[in-house]
Formats: sequence, structure tokens, C-alpha cells
Amino acid sequence: MHIAVLIKQVPDTQEVKIDPEKNTIVRAGVESIVNPFDMNAVELALQLVEKHGGEVSVITMGPPQAEAALKETLAMGVTRVLLITDRKFAAADTLATSYTLAKAIEKLSAESGNVDLIICGKQAVDGDTAQTGPGVATRLNFDQATYVTTVDKIDIESKKIVVKRRLAKGVEIVEASLPALITVEKDINEPRYASLPGLVKAERDKIAWWDAAYIGADDDHIGFKGSPTWVKKIFTPPPREGGPELSGESAVKEALDLVFENKHFKEAVLGEEGA
Amino acid sequence: MAENTEWKDVLVFIEVSDGKPQEVGWELLGQATKLAGKLGQKVKALIIGKDVEKYAQEAVSYGADTVYVVDDPSYETYVTRTYCKAFCDVVTKHKPTIVLIGATPLGRDLSGAVGTILQAGLTADCTGLDIDDKTLKLLSTRPTFGGNIMATIFCQKGQPQMSTVRPKVMKKGTPDPARKGEIIKENIPVDPKDLTVKVLDFIPDKAGAVEIEHAKIIVAGGKGVNSPEGFEQLKKLADLLGGEVAGSRPMVEAGLLTSERQVGQTGKTVCPRVFIAVGISGAIQHLVGMQNSDVIISINSDPNAPIFKVSTVSIVEKWQSAIPKLIEQLEARIH
Amino acid sequence: MEEKFDLIIVGAGPAGISAAIVAAKAGVKTIVLERGEFPGSKSVFGGVVYAHEINKLIPNFWEDKKCPIERVITDSRIALMNDTGALQIGYKTGNFSDPPNVLTVHRAKFDRWMAKKAQEEGALIICNTCVEEVLRDNTGKVIGVRTGRPDGDVFGKVVIFADGVQSPLTVRAGIRPEVKPEHVALSVKENIQIGEEEVTKRFGAKPGEGVTFEILGTMADKMDGIAIMYTNSDSVSLGIGANLAQWMKSKVTPYEMIDNLKKHPFVAPFVEGGTLKEYTAHWLPEGGWDTIPKLYGNGYMLAGDTAMLFNTLHREGTNLAQATGRMAGEVAAEAIKAGITDEKALKKYSDMVKASFVGQDMKKYKKFGHTLYSNPMIFDQLPTTFGEACEEMLRVDGKTKREKQKIIVKNIRKKVGLMKLLSLGLRGWRAVR
Ligand SMILES: Cc1cc2nc3c(=O)[nH]c(=O)nc-3n(C[C@H](O)[C@H](O)[C@H](O)COP(=O)(O)OP(=O)(O)OC[C@H]3O[C@@H](n4cnc5c(N)ncnc54)[C@H](O)[C@@H]3O)c2cc1C
Ligand SMILES: Cc1cc2nc3c(=O)[nH]c(=O)nc-3n(C[C@H](O)[C@H](O)[C@H](O)COP(=O)(O)OP(=O)(O)OC[C@H]3O[C@@H](n4cnc5c(N)ncnc54)[C@H](O)[C@@H]3O)c2cc1C
Ligand SMILES: Nc1ncnc2c1ncn2[C@@H]1O[C@H](COP(=O)(O)O)[C@@H](O)[C@H]1O
Repeated sequence: MHIAVLIKQVPDTQEVKIDPEKNTIVRAGVESIVNPFDMNAVELALQLVEKHGGEVSVITMGPPQAEAALKETLAMGVTRVLLITDRKFAAADTLATSYTLAKAIEKLSAESGNVDLIICGKQAVDGDTAQTGPGVATRLNFDQATYVTTVDKIDIESKKIVVKRRLAKGVEIVEASLPALITVEKDINEPRYASLPGLVKAERDKIAWWDAAYIGADDDHIGFKGSPTWVKKIFTPPPREGGPELSGESAVKEALDLVFENKHFKEAVLGEEGA
Repeated sequence: MAENTEWKDVLVFIEVSDGKPQEVGWELLGQATKLAGKLGQKVKALIIGKDVEKYAQEAVSYGADTVYVVDDPSYETYVTRTYCKAFCDVVTKHKPTIVLIGATPLGRDLSGAVGTILQAGLTADCTGLDIDDKTLKLLSTRPTFGGNIMATIFCQKGQPQMSTVRPKVMKKGTPDPARKGEIIKENIPVDPKDLTVKVLDFIPDKAGAVEIEHAKIIVAGGKGVNSPEGFEQLKKLADLLGGEVAGSRPMVEAGLLTSERQVGQTGKTVCPRVFIAVGISGAIQHLVGMQNSDVIISINSDPNAPIFKVSTVSIVEKWQSAIPKLIEQLEARIH
Repeated sequence: MEEKFDLIIVGAGPAGISAAIVAAKAGVKTIVLERGEFPGSKSVFGGVVYAHEINKLIPNFWEDKKCPIERVITDSRIALMNDTGALQIGYKTGNFSDPPNVLTVHRAKFDRWMAKKAQEEGALIICNTCVEEVLRDNTGKVIGVRTGRPDGDVFGKVVIFADGVQSPLTVRAGIRPEVKPEHVALSVKENIQIGEEEVTKRFGAKPGEGVTFEILGTMADKMDGIAIMYTNSDSVSLGIGANLAQWMKSKVTPYEMIDNLKKHPFVAPFVEGGTLKEYTAHWLPEGGWDTIPKLYGNGYMLAGDTAMLFNTLHREGTNLAQATGRMAGEVAAEAIKAGITDEKALKKYSDMVKASFVGQDMKKYKKFGHTLYSNPMIFDQLPTTFGEACEEMLRVDGKTKREKQKIIVKNIRKKVGLMKLLSLGLRGWRAVR
């Protein structure tokens, strides 16, 4: 079985700031991490091949420094990692990203054997779009199952996979045909702690770089050119200024007097609609 | 541009799952009416499923001028491929310039596929929608980087302009049952070859399962409370207000709450009408999960607790004395 | 883990990295274990480093475009602070710019850059890995370390401990005594961003060039300390150090102390309107000569802060760390090649250190730091302080300070003006009381 895992390097969300003058995101000094959900995706892939045999290929599209993210997964024990990198990929939205990744998967299948299963994180914590996975599946015409919390069964012979999906009001058990793409929830597993030999291997292995030409990507569909959506502006949500701080015997009463003046509060508590 | 004249009107997807239309559909119709107004265009709705035609008039009552209904037994359960195909057929046939989908699990699963087939610009999980006065393009505003930053995004090219929108953000209008609209049945048969994904079973969350993200009122406790007695008090307050009890991560770790009641970065993001924070300091990881609540009332013995910075009103007092007073006085005022 | 190494280095700070560079260059199979996310991630602050030492490891390093130098220091000043102002002495010369003598760097960036050099030499640097135990054979020879990682034992012929001043690791292993409060200064440092032009303007420096201040005086609540103010490219590093024992006694927190410093009429104008970028607190070994532990043993050596090597008066630490790291690396390489890595073979390291400027200077100032902080006021030390003051203005080039003092004294004779300053300074100094 050949499993491909798509991972993304994201900035540590708590630290992201905006440069008030330039109105751009300040990335300097912001630590990068592997998108947490993607670590679960890697862990799942490793567990599946440990059980059923096979190889795990980890792919990321990103700038050279995304190598760090790939190294982390190498240390966990994946078979190979690929950095899909090219200046032309810059400013890609999810449409261009999923195109590029789909192309990379096709190339990978040609080089290292057909991919039976693609695993993505549920979403990336920087963009929270959760679109890339479905996008890739659709382009490759793979079956897809999002929000997976468990893989109950996977069978290479009959080319079937059975998973549980977390939905708003319950859990859905679906069967899909391989090749398929699934996106995983945080609670599907605990990503493993890399071993020392793993870290040493990761430090030594040379990471393969694939550019647009190598994966046969069409320039009109990648990066800025291939991205319909464009960011008009970014801004910090106006900080919510705190209201009065009340203390003393009648603090509670004063507080209630205040909030009973508030329309949201009244709607919620007294059910007065449409204020 | 030919593009703009050919593509017009605002299409809203009415998600029917768990046997009923999802609220977010009605919320979006409200917003779509505003957008269409600015554009001088019409509001349209799309319903896909089995025996769903009956919801068409409801869509009209919430503001749809036209409702496309794709009604067929083979759409009983959601399958990305079949729904995606039906969706794309309707869009390519009627060419709406704006397509709005609720950012529910189903909506996000579907939109990713639809956007790819249509090669359309798709902005996910928006909290604000508007029309650019000059270009007349859709401006979608959404939080990124865990809510630290907002981004306003538009489609520089291509049609339609798609957005998924967070439930509970847009206000649902008051329905007008008398409202008239046109209802069009679209006959889009399912190709059996597209049914490779089968839903074997659905296990609904046990009755009374908590969904604090849908609660109108939340009473949350933190390390300051840190006791079963304390949480009994909070439960009493929550019941009185018809709200849910929630809390900070340490409380979940202490076993005083189940994890689906955890608010924050590694828990749930909530935006109830009223959030009452008791004994919660307001660490950033907690704030990102609740700071969008309409009204925040916090009770904390530390006058410098960071939570006060985001509170509508703060009570500097121990919960042991504050909560009983609160319950007593609220009872008096409500009944 | 199966694989064995020649040399294991604990800690990717200046000492560890320097040892790694020379050892790897000498063809020794080297692994460096670092607890932090990346080398330098545990010391995020602006500081000065000394070109002379680094040049020995990486010739003409300043020509490397990637080398993250903040500013080249061409102007070193001393300020004797009283409550209202300060008397300043300074020495400024372009000679210090090319080749550079003292540089300000951001440690997080600089350590990372130096670590890259070690990697280029073939050293393996493993981060996010905390060393928890020292492994010995039945003869007591150190043969490796245990990390917190699965399959985390590493074996090697020599281990160099460069894990910083606290080094619970070596303390637990009975290799080095625990540091006593009176032997360390608690130093806090703030990085205050004021913008590149502002730095250049306020400090009257050329673009790319910078100023260092050593500030002596009563910082807060009758507590004596040494403060520093360094210019980075777009920010100012403000630091203050005082004896840990003293901290414990006094009611002032390090935080309050640095705040007082920021408000001081002499310092305020330099940092006004700036935004605080970083705040670090860290121990400085300042017990001096008497607290230096045995630097070697059967299969191991101690380098840098772990060896309590810090020149309190000259605020030199990284260079001592780099120098001792370098020597430890050299000795390790020799021993490993010769196939004998026992205590006797490694003694050479200790001799080298003692003979070098490191040992000489440490001996020269024996308990200097200690006295400086513990005597209520240091009249007896004042002349020396001033001698050092002028000396501070001169190149740090690995010559023993004693040799250099001769030169200085000559200089001072020539510079009568400076003599006047000195006596003036004496009065200024009294005013500080
Ligand atoms: C990566 C990361 C992710 C995290 N994710 C989450 C998350 O998802 N959700 C979450 O909640 N936390 C999360 N945390 C933990 C979070 O940062 C803090 O640990 C948490 O907010 C502390 O919980 P607390 O406010 O209940 O307790 P504290 O922060 O200790 O605050 C207790 C408060 O109670 C007040 N108090 C004490 N006694 C009384 C009394 N008798 N009456 C009234 N007030 C009293 C105190 O003044 C204090 O303000 C995360 C942390 C990290 C590092
Ligand atoms: C505020 C401040 C300002 C200073 N300014 C200067 C200056 O301007 N110039 C100067 O020369 N000196 C300065 N110093 C002193 C200087 O930082 C030290 O003397 C120098 O860093 C010594 O280097 P080192 O490698 O021996 O120790 P460190 O720099 O402390 O490096 C030790 C490394 O080992 C790692 N480590 C610790 N334990 C383990 C373990 N068990 N396993 C793996 N890794 C471990 C740590 O994470 C750290 O990276 C300053 C110090 C402070 C606190
Ligand atoms: N640039 C990328 N390279 C590889 N995988 C990605 C990339 N962007 C997104 N993904 C995958 O798609 C998932 C959802 O990302 P997003 O659509 O950005 O929320 C992530 O968890 C990754 O598995």
C-alpha cells in the first residue's frame, strides 16, 4: 500500500501580528510548526503501513524553509518526503494549491507506484479553509471522506476503506473505494514522539525538491495566475474594550442593571426577539 | 465585461441534513437579500435531497425569489460526488455570480469539490459579506490565524464568486409565509457510477448531547472554581438561564467537565449571546474560543485578571459569594 | 541507538558549537544534542560577541553575507551613574570596524548561523532533544549520554558538556558542584526596538556601526550592579546584572531594577518610545577563578558557562565559551585519533585553558565580580575599575590583559586629558554614593 500524506507548515497562530504601517503579516521571528492536524495524518499513515505493510510519502508545497516540516515527519519514520517548491507557486489559493498537489501526486504515483490513499489534516490552522483536501480528491477523481475519526477497515484486495466521520450531530460510517482521500480529526490518534535514530536520519537525508516543470504543472493554474481569490486587505479585529469592573456588596446588582439594558442579553435571557 | 452581465444573482445553498433544513440556510438568505439589493439582482436558493421540495416555500418566505429543487431518492444521503455534480449543473445552467454555502461539515466538504470543478474562487468560513461599490465584486471577510487576524478577500477573476459562511454569524430575518416566489424542479439523475462512497450507518449523538457551540447562553468555569460544588452552582445558574455549562482546559483535565465542553484553542470556539466566565483568568488560548460572544460577564477575585479586558461587565468578587447572589437576583428579575 | 560517535557534545550554545566546528573539521564524527528547538532558541537576546575568537573558528566570518551581525562596535563607553546623570568615558575608532573587534548580535540568530557552519563541517546537530543522564562504564569512564528520546542512548569516545551555567546534568552526575547563589549573577536583559535610524541618530553612530555602554552604579534600592546598553541594528539591548544572593536579600525584582534603569535620566533618552521586544533572565557565572571546577575527567570535558567561565568585569562570556569550546574540541580530536581518551589524555585541555588568556584573565580578576557586588561600595576597586575602563576601550584580542595593561598605562600617560577625566570620575563616583 502506498499512502501519501499532505502536510502544511504554518506559523504558530498565537504569535502572528500585523505590521500596522505596511499592513502585512509579520513573519519575522514567528516560529513555524507542522499544522497540528497533519501530524495526526502522518501518524495514521504510519500506523496503517505498520499494520498492512507499504510506504508513506509525505508531500508539502511551500518555500524552502518548509523542509523543516518534512524533516519532522522523516524523524517519525516515513519512507520519503517531497518538497514541492517553485517561485511560481507563490500566492497560491486553495484552488491553485490543490491543482499543484494533485499534479505532484500524479508524478509521485508514476515514480514510486500508484498512491492508494491520501491523508490530509482536517484543516490548516492558518487558513482554516479545509478546502485543499476535497480539492485534491476532486481533481484526481478519488473518493473522499472528510472529518475522519477512525479507520475501521482498509483492504487492498477489494480496494475498500471503511471510516467513521464526525458530523455536526453524530458519527457517520462510510465505505469508500481506493484510491481515496481522507482528512482527519485531531482525536484520531496521538502523533508519536520521534526516536533519536529517527532524528539522526532526518538530519542526514537529502530532501527532494520538485519544481513546477518537474511535476508538469501548467503555469496558468499555479501560484498567483491560478488563484481566483485575492486578499484585498488584512486587519486586526478591533480589540474589544473591557466594560466597567464592579466590586463591593452591590457589584452583582449593578452588573445586572447594566446587562439588562443590553439588547443581546435581553433577547437571550428574556427571549425578546428582533431588537 | 461580458462576464459580469452573463453571470448574475445570488445563489444560496439550503442544506438539508438530519431530515431538516439547516438554520444557516435561512441566515444566508437574509444576507443574500442585502447583497442582491446592492447589485439590483435576485436571490436564488438551491435545495438538494430526497422529499425536499416541501422546504421550497420556506426558502421563499426567508427571501428567495427563485428556488431550484433537485429532489430524487438517490440524494437521500449526502455523497460528495453526486451532490457536487448536481450543484455544478445548476450553477453552470443558471450562472449565479455569487454562491453562498453554510460552513457546516457538509457545506465545507461540498464547497471544496464544487469550487474545484467550477474553477471558482472560494473563500471559506466567512464572518462578513459585502459588495465593493466600485467593482461590484463580492467582498468576503474571514478570520485567519486562529482569529488573530481578519482578511477581506475578493475574486480577482472567474465566476461564480463562492463563499462558505459560518453558522450563527448572519442574522436570520423574520420569515414572511405570504411571500411569493418561483419554484423550479431540476431533474438531475444520479449516475450509479458516482455512488462508490456508501454511507453504511449513522450513529446520532446520544440525546441531550452537548453542543455548546449552539448554546445561546454559556456559563463557564475555570481553575478558580475547580470544585464539584462550584460547578453545581454554575449548573444551577445555567439551567435558570436555559444555557449550557462549559469551562477552561484545566477543568477538563481535572475531570470536572467532559472535553466537548472545553472552550478555547484546543477546545471549541463559541459565540453565544451571553458568556459568563467564572474563575477564568483569560489566557489567550481560552480567549480565542469565546471573545466573539455578544455579552461577556466575568466573575474573578483578581482585579487584574486579563479576562476583564474582553468583558462587557466584570465583577471583582469570589464566585462563592457572587454566584448565589446572581442566581437569586436573576430569579427575581426573570419571573 | 546502534550508531556510535567519536564525540558527543551536550548543548548547542557558543561553547558546544565551537567544539563541534573544530572537531568536525578535524574529521571527528561529532553529534551535538540541544534541548531547544534550534541552537540559540534558549538564549533569545542581543549581546556582544568578539570577532577575534570567532575568526579563529571561521576565518573572515564577517564577510559571510549570511552572518547575522547587528552592528560593529566602534565606540565603547563607560558610564558612572549617579541618581541624576552619569559621567562618561569613551573610546571611539574606525580601527574597530574593519576588521571588526566587537560585534552585537542577536543570539538566537547568531548561534543558529554558527551551528550551520558546524553542520557544513560535518557535525550532526540534533535539537529538541534533552540530555537527561550521563552514561559510564564499570570503570567509571564516561561513555555516552541518555536523552529523553525513545531509543535515546548515544555512545561516544568523548563527551563535552556545554549545557550552560546551571547544568543539572553534570551536577547530578557528580561531575560538577551545584552553583551557589553568591557565585552567579542574575542578569536580565531587555530588547527595546526604536528603529534603525533612531539607533544611529541617538547613539551618534555610523549606519552599521554601534556603541556599547558599561554602566556602573547603584541601580535600585542601594543595590549595586553592572548594567549594559548595546546597540543592535534597530533596537537597544538593556541589561542589568547583580549578584543572585543580593537579589534574594533585596526586595527589588529584576524587573523593577531594569525599569528603574530605563527611567534613569541618563538612559531614558536612548530608549524613549521604544517597544519591548524581548525579556530574558539568565544566570551569569561570576564566582571567578575559585569556582572553576575540574575541567576534565575520564572521557569528558567541561566548556563555557558549565565551567563557570565568565569575565565579570569585561562582560566576556561567549568568547570564553568559544575559546574553551575550541580547545576542548582540539583536545578531543587529538585524543580520539590517538585512541586514548582517558583522564590523563584530556588533562591537556585544562592546561591549555589555564595557559590561555581565558585562564590568565580569570586568575587576574579572581573574585572580582564577587567583591564588586558584595562590598557596599568599592573605593579600593575604583582605580582598577578605571584602569579596566580604559582597557575596556581596547581591542579584545586574546592577549593576556596583563600584557595589555602595560600598553595602556603608557597610553594613559600620554593622554593627560584622560587623567583629568579619571580624577573627575573619582568625584563622580563618590557622588554615586
Ligand atoms: C497550547 C495551549 C493550549 C491551550 N488550550 C486551552 C484551551 O483550549 N482552553 C483553555 O481553557 N485553556 C487552554 N490552555 C491553558 C490556558 O493557557 C490556561 O492554563 C488556562 O486558561 C488556565 O485556566 P484557568 O483560567 O481556569 O486557571 P488560572 O489561569 O489559574 O486562573 C484561575 C483564576 O481564577 C481566579 N480565582 C481564584 N480563586 C477564585 C475565587 N474563589 N473566585 C473567583 N475567582 C477566583 C484567579 O484570580 C485566576 O484568575 C492552553 C494552554 C496552552 C499552552
Ligand atoms: C542577559 C545576558 C546577556 C549576556 N550578554 C553577553 C554578551 O553580550 N557577550 C558575551 O560574551 N556573553 C554574554 N552573556 C553570557 C553568555 O550568554 C554566556 O557566557 C555564553 O552563552 C556561554 O555559552 P555556553 O554555550 O557555555 O552556554 P549557553 O549559551 O547557556 O548554552 C547552553 C546550551 O545548552 C543547552 N542545554 C542545556 N541543557 C541541555 C541538555 N540537558 N541537553 C541538551 N541541551 C542542553 C541549552 O539549551 C543551551 O542552548 C550574557 C548572558 C545573559 C544572561
Ligand atoms: N501547501 C500545502 N502543501 C501540502 N498540503 C497542504 C497544503 N495546504 C493544505 N494542505 C493540506 O490540506 C489540509 C487542509 O488545508 P486548508 O485547506 O488550508 O485548511 C491540510 O491539513 C494539509 O493536509
